[in-house]
Amino acid sequence: MTELMMASLLAPVAAAGLTAALGWSRLSATVTAISAAVILFCSIALATRVGHGVHLAAGGLLRIDALATFMLIVIAVVALLATVASIGYLHTELADGHTDAAGARLYGTLTPAFVAAMELAVCANNIGLIWVAIEATTVITAFLVGHHRTRNALEATWKYVIVCSVGIAVAFLGTVLLYFAARHNGAAAAEALNLDVLMSHAGALDPAVTRLAGGLLLIGYGTKAGLFPFHTWLADAHSQAPAPVSALMSGVLLSVAMSVLIRLKPIIDAGAGTHFMRNGLLLTGLATVAIAALLLTVTGDLKRMLAYSSMENMGLIAVAAAAGTTLAIAALLLHVVAHGLGKTVLFIAGGQLQTTHQSTAIADITGVLQRSRLIGTSFAVGVIILLGLPPFAMFASELAIARALAEANLGLVLAVAMTLIAIGFVALARNTTRLLLGAAPADAPTICPPRSLAFALVAGLAASLALGVAAGPLTDLMVAAAQQLEGPR
Amino acid sequence: MAPSTFALIIDFASGGMLLAAVLVVWRRALRSIVTLLACQGLALAAIPIAAGAYLGDTALLLVGVAVLALRAVMLPWLLRRALAAEPPGRRDATPLMNTASSLLMVAMLTLVAFAVTRPLTALQSTTLTDAVPTAFAVILIGLFVMVTRRHAVSQAAGFLLLDNGIAATAFLLTDGVPMIVELGVSLDVLFAVIVIGILTGRLRRLFGAADLDELQELRD
Repeated sequence: MTELMMASLLAPVAAAGLTAALGWSRLSATVTAISAAVILFCSIALATRVGHGVHLAAGGLLRIDALATFMLIVIAVVALLATVASIGYLHTELADGHTDAAGARLYGTLTPAFVAAMELAVCANNIGLIWVAIEATTVITAFLVGHHRTRNALEATWKYVIVCSVGIAVAFLGTVLLYFAARHNGAAAAEALNLDVLMSHAGALDPAVTRLAGGLLLIGYGTKAGLFPFHTWLADAHSQAPAPVSALMSGVLLSVAMSVLIRLKPIIDAGAGTHFMRNGLLLTGLATVAIAALLLTVTGDLKRMLAYSSMENMGLIAVAAAAGTTLAIAALLLHVVAHGLGKTVLFIAGGQLQTTHQSTAIADITGVLQRSRLIGTSFAVGVIILLGLPPFAMFASELAIARALAEANLGLVLAVAMTLIAIGFVALARNTTRLLLGAAPADAPTICPPRSLAFALVAGLAASLALGVAAGPLTDLMVAAAQQLEGPR
Repeated sequence: MAPSTFALIIDFASGGMLLAAVLVVWRRALRSIVTLLACQGLALAAIPIAAGAYLGDTALLLVGVAVLALRAVMLPWLLRRALAAEPPGRRDATPLMNTASSLLMVAMLTLVAFAVTRPLTALQSTTLTDAVPTAFAVILIGLFVMVTRRHAVSQAAGFLLLDNGIAATAFLLTDGVPMIVELGVSLDVLFAVIVIGILTGRLRRLFGAADLDELQELRD
């Protein structure tokens, strides 16, 4: 298993090295896509073997368990779609003169490096290493967000770097406090940051210090997951980044940060009592859903709309994490993968619309359905996925989250969340209708997506449909992860 | 080293860090703020070096030397470089709050830091952990500087204050985190500051100044 994990970690690093050395070309971009396929292959192979076990590697620094494997699969699928779409995206950019060879090389190097950092964040067993990996994603993506060197892109990059760096610094403070509590409890210095060691000491940690640490960790990783109150970077960064990067950030980066919180919750729960993290997650989760739903109703920008929808879903996932039962965690994992796939399709389709119209204002992009069958249909289906309608998996995951909340005696929370989601539903549906069916101006440019982009869209939709019809083999993995993470009741 | 000497050094170093943070709030000229940050890095490095010498821990001593190189030399140098490119008239940070109220605020934040850290000192009271409240005060002051200053370089300075405070907390509470984590953290901080430096340059080219009030295009 160690070999498989190492192969999946090193594949994108090798692709990054190749692009850095040779510059961006169709060849290097294809190699990057192949590296994502290698991750997918390795993670599926891991999934067939991991079961309920926990496998430690590299002297306890890395771990493979059901959650790590599941997150690896999500990262791999989204990375595969995004890197395939990147081939056509960057080719068009170069042809239109929106970027140059140096910019393309930077993009081609940083994208696989970003994927590798996310993989490390989900596979690390040492919470210090998790922190390093998450902060590395901020540093790496800074120049991806600023890829288009416009004033708006720069503004978004600045906010992103500052807000996320501060947030993640706060998470490090929480990590230090947890380390202090574990050391005081007799854990050995070299391994007191390891998840398994922390878990075995969790019951005896000092409650007051653990609470302080838990609060700081929630704020810190919550920032990276786009949770209130440090969500302000999210819409700016997602709207200014190149579309495939937005897909990676929205589809997986947010859920990677969330998975860290889900991993830490049982430890904080055991040390400080179950109410602390539960209330914290409920409060930030609901506030995030509320703000996202309200902003969805006012925004007139395509990519910001998608970003707010991501916030809404992250808020819902935080609420489900607060419930913390096996059903809730399994449901939120299904939500993560379904949202990741749907959002990737939408960002890739939206990116093509942006390239065609040189704008992201919905007012400039109308009547898409009659102008391009492929982009129009992909966008329509993508929004149907996000709205949580059958036959797609978010229907099942939202129902399961609702049931889990009801069973956990969180009926009031469920009612509030459902109302807010209904508001978001209407806003999303209204904006999309305008975009797809509105009258197109006579001089509207023709939408002609490159082949690789079209392929990524079709593959993403096929995967979403397959997931909705039969989550099948993934179910065992999600349930195994949920059982390992279920907190004490 | 006698325990009393060790206590003296730790108290002096953590007090020095807090003093440097207060002076950063007091001063406006970015040049002197960068000098103060270098002094603070020096005080921060004194903590692991003194602890390493006192406890006979060579690894900690080496970490201390690395901290000295990074935070007293390298990071201030990066900031000074970003600042040198600024046109002379723009090397001041105009704060949103006047100096007197800012200093009052700093006093408040220091009190808050002492209140927040009570569980830590209650759990374990040693020479080192007793200095943790000052490190927390530095963290809060760093956040305060980031919120009230509208110049790119001064935001970076606030970030470094915050980060110095967190590093000091780690050293005071636990003799530092394991080496591999420390290494990763230092690398990340270094890269973050380099990124901020490059972005400051781009801000100047595109907006004509590293003044953050210009950044208000993106909103809903």
